[in-house]
Amino acid sequence: MTSLARRASFLAGARAVAPIMVGIVPFGLLAGATAVAVGIDPLQAVGMSVFIFAGASQLAAIDLVGGDAPAVVVVATVLIINLRMSMYSASLAPYFDRLRTLARVPLAYLLTDQAYALAVTRFGEEEGPRSRTWYYLGAALPLWVVWQLCTVVGIVAGAAVPESIPIDFAVPLTFLALLVPAIEGRATAAAAAVGGGVAVVGAGLPFNLGLVVGALCGIAGGMVADGVGDE
Amino acid sequence: MSLAGLDLWLVILAAGLGTFLIRLSFFLLFERVDTVPTRVRWALSFVPPAVLAALVAPDIVALSPESFSPARLLAGLFAVAVAWRTESVLATIVSGLVALVVFQTVL
Repeated sequence: MTSLARRASFLAGARAVAPIMVGIVPFGLLAGATAVAVGIDPLQAVGMSVFIFAGASQLAAIDLVGGDAPAVVVVATVLIINLRMSMYSASLAPYFDRLRTLARVPLAYLLTDQAYALAVTRFGEEEGPRSRTWYYLGAALPLWVVWQLCTVVGIVAGAAVPESIPIDFAVPLTFLALLVPAIEGRATAAAAAVGGGVAVVGAGLPFNLGLVVGALCGIAGGMVADGVGDE
Repeated sequence: MSLAGLDLWLVILAAGLGTFLIRLSFFLLFERVDTVPTRVRWALSFVPPAVLAALVAPDIVALSPESFSPARLLAGLFAVAVAWRTESVLATIVSGLVALVVFQTVL
């Protein structure tokens, strides 16, 4: 594959991801601003974006750290939220199986909801394995850069947000905005209703167990509702 | 905030490493395991609604009278309506924050 063709694939990926940035920017700004608002060190806020690099789970971690949750609960919550990425990994793996093992490592690090969605849509109708990789990188890499920049801007700008704006409420609002489109049909609605209900009832439990128990009950609730629908 | 300093760094590194391994899992395993088993995939599909609802609900609805805030509840319901109509993260955040400021002033 020529360098020209690689460039074309990379640019095609970058073009596809450009409109998605509109949604990424406010999300990244929040990740920086709310981290500082709950008292997290600015360098650690950047560390979250670099090491975790997964928006919803970062905001959840910020929320929990601000609410004095223990370390184990914070880590467990991040991992539960990011478990869905194992599905993305499995779904894209066949397209990258010609690559050397070492080359797959950076691709995995850059895997996000958006990069997955773009790649899987395009790969169905695609030519060679090389151009797939460069298309994926074209979509995933700018997203990484924008996310990191927005976190830093959020940290700096967050300090300038007036006290009268309840910036910490932006975190649940972000989750609401992600939750609503995730509900498509009875089974996912049941998962949300059970998960939210149990979490509210369990809010007083020690170690933020209400969240973990709520999430697990919600998953079970969704499976039950789906199973009942089959018969 | 009780988590800070080195403890928080360890949390960030553990969460980051775990997330990276989840991402990498099938990129490396693919030759051995064909794909995620259907039943696991099915269960995982309920993770987003269950976790997101469990995260957000206690921030909006509180059962104990001392932590219950009508302004947060109303602003949350308003934001749900906006999210449902627009499916826009930005519109939901902005309208929810404005609604909370308004309700806090009025109530």
